Amino acid sequence: MFSNLRRLGTAGLALVGTVYAGSAMAEVKMAFVEALSGGAASAGLLSQKTVQFFVDRINAAGGLNGEKILLSSYDNKTSAQETLIALKKAIDDGNRYVFQGNGSAFAYAILDAVNKNNERNPGKEVVFLNFAAVDPPLTNEKCSFWHFRFDADVDMKMAALTEAVKGDKNVKKIYLLNQDYSFGRSVAAAAEKMLKEKRPDIQIVGNEFVPLQKVQDFSPYVAKIKASGANGVITGNWGNDMLLLIKAGKDAGYNGVWYTYYAGGLGAPPAIGEAGIGKVKQVSEWHKDVTPELDPAIAAFEKRFPGQENEYGYWRIKTMMEMFAEAAKKAKSNDPIKVAGALEGLTMSTALGPVEMRADNHQLLQPLFVSTMSNKVKHPLQGTKIGFITDRKVDAKATAVPTTCKMQRPS
Amino acid sequence: MIEVFVSSLLNGVVYGLLLFMLSSGLTLIFSMMGVLNIAHAGVFMLGAYITYQIGKYAGFWVALMLAPVLCGLIGAAIERYGLRFVPNRKSHVPEILFTFGLLYLIEELVVMIWGRNPIPATVPEALDFPLFTLFGTSYPAYKAFMMAVSIGMFVSLYVALKRTRIGLVIQAALTHPQMVAALGHNVPSVYVLVFALGSALAGLAGAIGGFTWLTAPTLAFTVGPIVFVIVIVGGLGSLAGALIASMLIGILQTFAVVVDYSLRDLFAALGVTVSASSPLYELYSIKVAQTAPVIPYLLLVLMLIVRPRGLLGTRDA
Repeated sequence: MFSNLRRLGTAGLALVGTVYAGSAMAEVKMAFVEALSGGAASAGLLSQKTVQFFVDRINAAGGLNGEKILLSSYDNKTSAQETLIALKKAIDDGNRYVFQGNGSAFAYAILDAVNKNNERNPGKEVVFLNFAAVDPPLTNEKCSFWHFRFDADVDMKMAALTEAVKGDKNVKKIYLLNQDYSFGRSVAAAAEKMLKEKRPDIQIVGNEFVPLQKVQDFSPYVAKIKASGANGVITGNWGNDMLLLIKAGKDAGYNGVWYTYYAGGLGAPPAIGEAGIGKVKQVSEWHKDVTPELDPAIAAFEKRFPGQENEYGYWRIKTMMEMFAEAAKKAKSNDPIKVAGALEGLTMSTALGPVEMRADNHQLLQPLFVSTMSNKVKHPLQGTKIGFITDRKVDAKATAVPTTCKMQRPS
Repeated sequence: MIEVFVSSLLNGVVYGLLLFMLSSGLTLIFSMMGVLNIAHAGVFMLGAYITYQIGKYAGFWVALMLAPVLCGLIGAAIERYGLRFVPNRKSHVPEILFTFGLLYLIEELVVMIWGRNPIPATVPEALDFPLFTLFGTSYPAYKAFMMAVSIGMFVSLYVALKRTRIGLVIQAALTHPQMVAALGHNVPSVYVLVFALGSALAGLAGAIGGFTWLTAPTLAFTVGPIVFVIVIVGGLGSLAGALIASMLIGILQTFAVVVDYSLRDLFAALGVTVSASSPLYELYSIKVAQTAPVIPYLLLVLMLIVRPRGLLGTRDA
């Protein structure tokens, strides 16, 4: 019960340890800017541990071109203003690489600040490695040479999800329910467009937006969904908005299929429970039952960080760190411009298939999986008996969507 | 249409009673005793976690009995060893600061013990079945149980406050503490008693509320504001007011979700056309459904402007 306390203490000691051990030699400074306190901290802390784990692995294998990575964390307190303050501090501390992912709003803030910084401070460029912010403009109209995205964006995931809808002939009416901000709007727009192309016979009977994490009772929304006659719901909801929605659906005896982005997220499987079996689908780059045996790196991660809230969830961070190390090796330098140049168009093979960093918009192409909640899994999630099994795999190449990006490269 | 109306009404009543269940403890502490206890939602959250922890070993029903008792003891301790030493009972500022800090402490404590992620939903088997089905929508038994508890809380509080001696003393202690003390009653221990009772009610609400709300460390901050809205809209010093406010907010919010019209549609009906270039176009395009979660707070602001003492209040907020 109090193991968390103890772990907190050990983590603190470990942090002090790395700071002193690292300061002696040349090092690659990398900053991690995420929510590390407050309500949204669970995703921030898990991704922090994941990045740290792979940094330690790279260091143990000799580092990048002989230099060790020093990872420092900065709390963005779930606020765009605080993100900018944290980023400023990170750059002042000499960090030339920045990691961020959770929250597209914060990614926009970082991208903007990084672009400006690089314009004003030639020779001190910063590269932004994004592992979760999936709003499409980041690799389209707002694309930047300094930004690389390692998660599939909203449109790519929707393309995979609508393929699943296309294959399900029972679905005739679809309801769209999303959170009222840029990401939710992108999900709804992508769903409308792609359903029209792939299944013109499907009727979109509702397109609803709910304020972010404000709704406490989703029963009225479920009543509306039922009244519309929808037999499928597409939702990009995450956090409470995801869990409470499906819970309310279960209570009202809703029988339709949930097509989701984040039903496998932290806390979701325990809250959804048995109600989701066979009905809840998600699209992701990985899930725990994607291969029969757990990847050795993931097994090692879970051994080092035990406990339900540390259950591995970021396959893409593994891909990101391995590609980053590969790019540094290829560039024979740890200079951000050279590494960024080497990352462009870089291909790599992973346990789940080949991946490629698109040169035209810096979006990673990686295999995507549409999976369904099931109780017949080898690796049940977060203390429950349920997990996900793969319905279909979309190969990396096939996930590509057209881009409007006009990449400006440093001369 | 009738289907939507009936199911919305039912959902609204369920939600309204749930809100009352949440706010009943605060009605006692804030409305009757005049103590602004921000940490109330924290005690509610502790109730949910304690029920989960005890339920794991002793079963849900034992936990349902024990959680309010434990929360009552916690509440009594907060008053006896904390609030009593906060200076100046006349001003609310010190007690707001004290209980606000306490809320953060409770949240961090919960994070340390149970972690940041939600704990698994635990509807006991005896209550985990659809009670009845209306127009193809089922209503789970635990919601009926929740409604029964909520009504039970109202009735027992009403009787205790209006029909018993102790209720009389409690109400008098707020306005005339010296007089009550002069009559031989121990006013400080009345405060402890009320705090314990209010916290026990919060604990009971937490034990049951864990079914519908997600038991996570953010729970206290999710439900905290709405509880205050109900007490203030209902009116300070009025139990019936709190019940009416809960039902009003529950039903209004539920019906708002169903209304897919915006101001633009209203203009269109009146023959006025607005286009994307009109000023405030974005505002006109917001559907009523989108504003549903904001309605309680809108009501709060309106109430404070138009009628600061609330629906059935006996003194100004």
